[in-house]
Amino acid sequence: MMIVVLNKDTINISREQDVVVFRNRVKESATKIRMGLVNQTKLITAASELVRNMLRYANGGIVTIEVVSRGRDNGIRLVFADEGPGIKDIPLAMKDGYSTGKSLGLGLPGTKRLVSEFDIKSVVGTGTTVTIIKWNNG
Amino acid sequence: MDRIPILKMGRFLLVTIQVDLYDRLATNLEADLVQAVSTTGARGVLIDISALTIVDSFMGRIIGNIGSMAKIMDAETVVVGIQPAVAITLIELGLELKGVHTALNVERGMQLLQEKIGPEDETTDDDSSTE
Amino acid sequence: MKQDIAKLLQKKKKQLLENWMTNQLADSALREDLMSNEELRGQSEEFVESLLNTINGSNIAEPSSSDFDPVLEILAGISMSRARQGFSPRETGYYIFSLKDALLQILQDEIKDPVQLFESSMQVTRLVDSFSTVTFETFIKGREDVILRQTDEIAEISTPVIRVWDGIVALPIIGTLDSARTQVVMENLLEQIVQTGSSIAILDISGVPAVDSLVAQHLIKTVSATRLMGAECIISGIRPEIAQTVVHLGIDLSNIVTKASLASALRYAFSMLQLEVKKKTKVITQ
Repeated sequence: MMIVVLNKDTINISREQDVVVFRNRVKESATKIRMGLVNQTKLITAASELVRNMLRYANGGIVTIEVVSRGRDNGIRLVFADEGPGIKDIPLAMKDGYSTGKSLGLGLPGTKRLVSEFDIKSVVGTGTTVTIIKWNNG
Repeated sequence: MDRIPILKMGRFLLVTIQVDLYDRLATNLEADLVQAVSTTGARGVLIDISALTIVDSFMGRIIGNIGSMAKIMDAETVVVGIQPAVAITLIELGLELKGVHTALNVERGMQLLQEKIGPEDETTDDDSSTE
Repeated sequence: MKQDIAKLLQKKKKQLLENWMTNQLADSALREDLMSNEELRGQSEEFVESLLNTINGSNIAEPSSSDFDPVLEILAGISMSRARQGFSPRETGYYIFSLKDALLQILQDEIKDPVQLFESSMQVTRLVDSFSTVTFETFIKGREDVILRQTDEIAEISTPVIRVWDGIVALPIIGTLDSARTQVVMENLLEQIVQTGSSIAILDISGVPAVDSLVAQHLIKTVSATRLMGAECIISGIRPEIAQTVVHLGIDLSNIVTKASLASALRYAFSMLQLEVKKKTKVITQ
């Protein structure tokens, strides 16, 4: 089914403090489409994980926040685009317990479990783009 | 404001986190709290996170670290007031906050600490590890 | 000297409606219990009216023309409401198929030239077939709506959290546990724990038909989330079949307190809270 974008907003992430601002923006959008509290929390947590990754590995990037709809479902789509080093082995990065940074290693797979749809594209030396969608009921 | 106040109550330290933690704040808290355990000789740390709407893996790690660090300095850590939505999200994310105890609210948390640590004058080593 | 079938049909409007009604009323699929004949006639009349107002010599050969949008809208409305009223697909389909018969009857009566009759019949058939497609699409959509609504209702009513004692809540789960339902269960359970200040939650799975590794995972997650809140979670209602499958599948439940019945879970909860339930001792001397 076709995904229709109802509203679009971009935000630049370059410093640690941007994370809190960004989280609030995501929360606003999710509240607007009346997403339930648990799904909202999952979405914002996932967003927080990804934006931290962006800061840690690529010194920041750009996030697009979109309100999307598909049939009777409304949702939030977030696109995290950075120009960092890229990820060499995506399947490996998506495995539970794997991490190159000094985190717990539940970054990507953990994040994927929190959202309805998760897509990652990366070119070594060019950058990484992660797209997530959280549907209102899902 | 880059610091979260740490209150001393008898043998325990009490921290109430009222604002969403950003990284600097969280790392400062970790350092300050461990320092405070050392200087006060506190036997228990109680962290109230009932005001937090989000706990991601970074914050989870800080909380876990505090628990482990306090533990090797012979102090127990109790995290209280985790919101239902936050608890569900943490589990889905794969974070179980091992190394810290949890309680429903500050009052229960205090009770739990008292139970774990035992009466004040008794200084015998009680090694019954509690999961 | 080709005959304009659109004009022809418009002229024969009354007869068309009569033919159609006769076909519909003669069919065994007629559901007088769900819709009165007057209502059916009204519905059919509105549709014929709209159809005949729309068709002309050129668009009759193009079923996908946007000219037909208003007609399709009426049709979709009819089909949708039939789906909700509980008509079967056959009964709904016959509504539009019987119109095709009625149209063809008129063409047969009025057009004498076989080649032209064939051509016109093909056009009408194509047009009505495209109507049928819309009818079925909306019929299924209507049924899906019903299913979705019921799913929501079931999700809402099927997770009651019961306060069984001061500090003890119980949640009987009935039906299968999928991930969406688990989230609702967890949310309700944790909310109730906060509200009642309970320290023990009992999750009774006597009503869960089967426990596979996915369901077990959902249960484990619920227990872990309860513990994060600072409460203990006991799983009760482990039937022998469930115990068997759990072990055969190699699912590790050793970190979870499990009990065979709600009663024994309650007994365990009492002992955790250091409560004692005693029979009132009567003074009886033997």
